[in-house]
Amino acid sequence: MTAMVDIADAQKTFTMHLQGGIELPVVRGVTFQVNPGECVVLSGPSGAGKSSILKMIFGNYRCDGGRIGIRHRGALIDLATAEPRQVLNVRRATIGYVSQFLRAVPRVATIDVVAEPLIVTGLTRGDAQARAGELLHRLNIPERLWQLPPATFSGGEQQRVNIARGFIPDLPILLLDEPTASLDAANRAVVVELIAEKKRQGVAMVAIVHDDEIRHLIADRIVDVTSFAAAA
Amino acid sequence: MADQDLRDTDRPLLVAKSLSKSYGRIAACRDVSFSLYPGEVLAIVGESGSGKSTLLQLLSGQLAASGGHVSYRMRDGVTRDLATLGEAERRFLFRTDWGFVHQDPAQGLRMAVSAGANVGERLMAVGWNHYGRIRDTASDWLGRVEIDIARIDDAPRTYSGGMRQRLQIARNLVTEPRLVFMDEPTGGLDVSVQARLLDLLRGLVAELHLAVIIVTHDLVVARLLSHRVMVMKDGRVIETGLTDQVLDDPREPYTQLLVSSILPP
Repeated sequence: MTAMVDIADAQKTFTMHLQGGIELPVVRGVTFQVNPGECVVLSGPSGAGKSSILKMIFGNYRCDGGRIGIRHRGALIDLATAEPRQVLNVRRATIGYVSQFLRAVPRVATIDVVAEPLIVTGLTRGDAQARAGELLHRLNIPERLWQLPPATFSGGEQQRVNIARGFIPDLPILLLDEPTASLDAANRAVVVELIAEKKRQGVAMVAIVHDDEIRHLIADRIVDVTSFAAAA
Repeated sequence: MADQDLRDTDRPLLVAKSLSKSYGRIAACRDVSFSLYPGEVLAIVGESGSGKSTLLQLLSGQLAASGGHVSYRMRDGVTRDLATLGEAERRFLFRTDWGFVHQDPAQGLRMAVSAGANVGERLMAVGWNHYGRIRDTASDWLGRVEIDIARIDDAPRTYSGGMRQRLQIARNLVTEPRLVFMDEPTGGLDVSVQARLLDLLRGLVAELHLAVIIVTHDLVVARLLSHRVMVMKDGRVIETGLTDQVLDDPREPYTQLLVSSILPP
């Protein structure tokens, strides 16, 4: 099987120029692959570099060495060396990222926040909103809130809007950073279901989850990040 | 058709090569090179005196470079060196395919004539002569920038700062330019007015597939609007990359200082 994500010997160090140039090693020797339809969960204590690895796969953190191989439109692209335009193309067509917090645009209605990724891919506003509505419905966001901007919602509601926005496009790779952190049991179950559906569609996923129960339910494989810890 | 579109977005719209500008012994801008593609928003950030406004003037052909050159792919597909354009050609470009949004709307508007005329004037400059159609298009644009149509016959000097800035944007976009230069477009506005303007700009830029070169000292503006960012210091580009990359993982000491100076959201 051809891996969707193929990371080899990736490393990352922060140089803190404002603190006298101290070097803060984050990870090194990061090597693993993710196949279509597989969910790999990164494990390890806080500060081990799990989120940093996710950000490196998304091209948000730059890589100091090694390779971040991404299968994009049938070809392997190394995000560690890709041009900004290529990274943007990869994000448009290949990699989705569900962050821990919703970065909301001030005045945009919830339904449009969720529908936007589909509109970008060329779907009509009506069709995109219909699918956004279905997803919001499943995630128990009441319809009376759909026309409001999510900025005033509770933490849990915002996270569900964020999940809807992250899950709505049909992208072959999905990165999940604690998607269930502030959700109740019913909504956690919905997210587990959504992840299972993505697997059936062949989506390759890399996730960070602290909840043991959820991890059991979604993980096909666990990659222990402590072995990549750079501070030996 | 789709193929052609693909090819269009894969060809740079504007290319700067080794651009420099010095005033006597002072170098305001040194050796700047980059390519801008259709639909791409590039933010130039840095403090006052870093050379970012000089660079914008060089890129828009308003200032002659001491070295290097800027080329632009015209609507007919031919790429031209800006320095070789005649004054009339350059002015035509500014009225049609380019926009320039100034920090101070009074610089980009005619303050004593009506809002409708401010927008309509750009259409007349490109040959529109049907009064009714000009007025319809102008009111359509006022609506798109959220200005009450009832104010169409009022002069912008009776407008608030935020309305003036929105009117300036309408005036620039009415001819459907492919490239818009912006110099601190949210600079003189209250924070709440700024947020509304940013939202509006974000929507319009995406909808119209505009290429934008925006000069700002405000990293929040850069994050909200731009795909790519160039950080300038002492006339030089010291760091460049995807906006979220440069802002979340800044490498250069000066960029780290800039990023650490903003309060977390």
